[in-house]
Amino acid sequence: MNTDKVISVRNLTKRFGSFTAVDHISFDVDKGEIFGFLGANGAGKTTAMRMLCGLSLPTDGDGQVAGCDIISQSEEIKKRIGYMSQKFSLYSGLTVEENVKLFSTIYGMSSLQIKDSSASLFRDLGMEDMRRAYVKDIPVGWRQKLAFAVATIHKPEVVFLDEPTGGVDPVTRRKFWELIYKASSEGMTVFVTTHYLDEAEYCNRISIMVDGRISALDSPAALKEKYHVSTIDEVFRIVAQTAKRGD
Amino acid sequence: MSPAIDISGVTQRYGTLTALDNVCFQVERGEMFGLIGPDGSGKSTLYRILATLLAPDSGTATVCGLDTVKDYSELRTVIGYMPEKFSLYQDLSVSENLKFFASLFGVSVKENYDIIAPVFAQLERFPNRRAGALSGGMKQKLALSCALIHRPEILLLDEPTTGVDAVSRSEFWDMLSTLREKGITILVSTSYMDEANRCERIALIDKGKILRVNTPDGLVTGLDENLYNASSSSMFELLTKLRQLPEVEDCYTFGATLHVVGRKGFNPVAVRDRLRYEGLSDVEVYPAKGDIEDLFIKLTR
Amino acid sequence: MSIFRSLVKKEALHIVRDTRTMVITLLMPIVLLLLFGFAISTEVNDVRVVAVVDQHTDETRDILQRLRVNEYFTFQGLCSPEDVYELLRSGKTDAALFLKTDQGVLKSQIIVDASNTNTAQTATAYIRGLIGGRSAKSPVLTSTLYNPQLKSAYNFVPGILGMIFILICAIMTSVSIVREKETGTMSLLLVSPVKPQTIILGKLVPYFLLSCVILAVMLLMAYTVLDLPFSASAISVIVVSLLYIILSLSIGLMVSTIVDTQLTALIVSAVMFMLPVIMLSGMIFPVDNMPVVLQWISNIIPARWYIEAMRKLMVQQLDFSYILKDVLILSVMTIVLLASSIAKFKSSTK
Repeated sequence: MNTDKVISVRNLTKRFGSFTAVDHISFDVDKGEIFGFLGANGAGKTTAMRMLCGLSLPTDGDGQVAGCDIISQSEEIKKRIGYMSQKFSLYSGLTVEENVKLFSTIYGMSSLQIKDSSASLFRDLGMEDMRRAYVKDIPVGWRQKLAFAVATIHKPEVVFLDEPTGGVDPVTRRKFWELIYKASSEGMTVFVTTHYLDEAEYCNRISIMVDGRISALDSPAALKEKYHVSTIDEVFRIVAQTAKRGD
Repeated sequence: MSPAIDISGVTQRYGTLTALDNVCFQVERGEMFGLIGPDGSGKSTLYRILATLLAPDSGTATVCGLDTVKDYSELRTVIGYMPEKFSLYQDLSVSENLKFFASLFGVSVKENYDIIAPVFAQLERFPNRRAGALSGGMKQKLALSCALIHRPEILLLDEPTTGVDAVSRSEFWDMLSTLREKGITILVSTSYMDEANRCERIALIDKGKILRVNTPDGLVTGLDENLYNASSSSMFELLTKLRQLPEVEDCYTFGATLHVVGRKGFNPVAVRDRLRYEGLSDVEVYPAKGDIEDLFIKLTR
Repeated sequence: MSIFRSLVKKEALHIVRDTRTMVITLLMPIVLLLLFGFAISTEVNDVRVVAVVDQHTDETRDILQRLRVNEYFTFQGLCSPEDVYELLRSGKTDAALFLKTDQGVLKSQIIVDASNTNTAQTATAYIRGLIGGRSAKSPVLTSTLYNPQLKSAYNFVPGILGMIFILICAIMTSVSIVREKETGTMSLLLVSPVKPQTIILGKLVPYFLLSCVILAVMLLMAYTVLDLPFSASAISVIVVSLLYIILSLSIGLMVSTIVDTQLTALIVSAVMFMLPVIMLSGMIFPVDNMPVVLQWISNIIPARWYIEAMRKLMVQQLDFSYILKDVLILSVMTIVLLASSIAKFKSSTK
């Protein structure tokens, strides 16, 4: 296996009864790449992502994530990846510090490591004054920054972001993408889903899932050229219109 | 005739938080009006006031000339309200939901079918499916049908497209245009700035304050001045470098490129040459066209 | 279709489609009745007794004979006084009866293992009855009225009724109203021209009907399977039960106007209303035996009055005139609760 590939799957398939949620998908994601994972509701994005995170076993096919086999080493994968979603990422009733401690412990860090890494984490984020504030009381921009920092506190090889910016204002969204850029420039692989198609432009490569298959996969520029359009929004509409299932 | 919606000086506080701060604007009859702002900007609070579910701390709001506090019971028959969260009975079927909401207003589905037809057409195929088993896009359509069934003059749609994929969203906006052509006034809110162009006029809202009210075109006029695109293969480095330049007021990601807001005397050619000299050999800097997001960033920064 | 009818129909669909809850609601009363009626019983059977007799007389022989034939006792035989404590300590016997004849006069002593106070008290009472009934010099004549066989099922039927209706009416209504708040459908109902009181009525009526069905099933079981004496008081039983159902519905409504999530509704209804019903209403522990403070508290628990009335009607077979006080208290409680929760519901929606 090529060590530069952080994610590599072949013919990954998931069936629920007679319904094939994910239908023989194959793709690779390189180290340090920002990979956009797009698709209409019900196209199979979530199911595919769950398999990559080791939360669900594929019916067919195989693959590696962060050097681990997704079938035989699904437990090991969880230690080597980070995960963040818009819906849930931090406990709002705990303070900033308590959240960091909690998640560090969950990821198996020793108390000495936690002390070290959380000190530098607060310094890097510029959140030293907010350590004792409740997460629910800090502004949404800070919350996102913190959520991302917590999801990557154990320096995972790849971080999965499930619609991380839904409903967030344009300024905060951009700040968040700058975090992603920074992480990627430091060698972390970023696997991200989004409904904002302008955000897809920020990715190195994007894939578009339709009816459980990957219908398009390339850099944003190449996709726009291929479909002779000027935005990813248009690309998405052309590709996703071929969908038969869903409704 | 009174305007469809008239909001003047509406303020609403929750403890120390000011959810709405002296909000004023009007929506004309037959207009498709967009309320655009991020989560937590006060959109839903305003909707709850207009839907008579909440009396504002101060200020007044009227819908079709009816006061939301004094004339609430009359007002309820002229509005069709669709809350942010999917609010139908998940354990009832498509047709049971529709019939139930029709009966609340004392109308029959049959007599008003023409009004919901453009929305409901796709749902007709499975009248007996439980609402909970519908896909996201279909749920929205059912919710809109239920909000429409009593022929309201004004539709109040609170973030109808949140969490719905781009294709369904676009379809949904097409349906709204059809309804608008039938003469229904629509007040729709969204956190997707790119949807602003589907409205005739929009109000930008942030932290409980209305920032601007104008047509989409009117809002962006003048934004192009000193606004430039910058691109390179290493975007993060480019962003960091541009922010350090004294002639750059602001720089942020914008789709495939960066948007650069220049100060007076910003010279794109000079900036490009300097960055190339500093090692970013493939830098391009060229004029950009501003849109609502640029405006929002400018106003909230 | 009228608005009210469609509200009721909608609610009925919710109830019927939630199959699991539906089955539990219908089965639970039946299971509880059977459980308390047959399986769980506070009657004491098979008390193991040894006897220590220093001098056998006709009198002692007679008593031992009675011990042998009585179905509540297992007579284990005679033993020496020294062995008694060891037998009690090792749990091989439950009670020991000392019979001593001094100058022709029988003196008796009962030593009982009181690690289970209930068994101990009952056993003592039985044995005392056994001896007393015999002693010509100090006859104690006990006659049990109303429940001659001392069947505990009789006592429990009113208690279970009192509990079930709180459970179904208070918990289910409050949860179903709060669910609509949580999912946001309540806003849609409120922005329609439907009046708040119609919404409330549309919520209460289906649960009222459901409760009536359960009442019918439970009474049927009580009078047939559990053999409660059937009499004209059955009509009063139904009337008072209906009043209690309405009261429980008002409690559910009250809870729903205060809390915002289904979980809180469940906890509040269960902790604030179910537990007191079980602990303080006299269903299990007699009110008269409680500390004074708890007796005061039990006064404001509706189930206490309901259960009291039910006992009078079902067990004692008294007529309506004996429960006027209970009915009056229940009626006042209903009116106050219903009025204040409707007022609160209306004010919270405006």
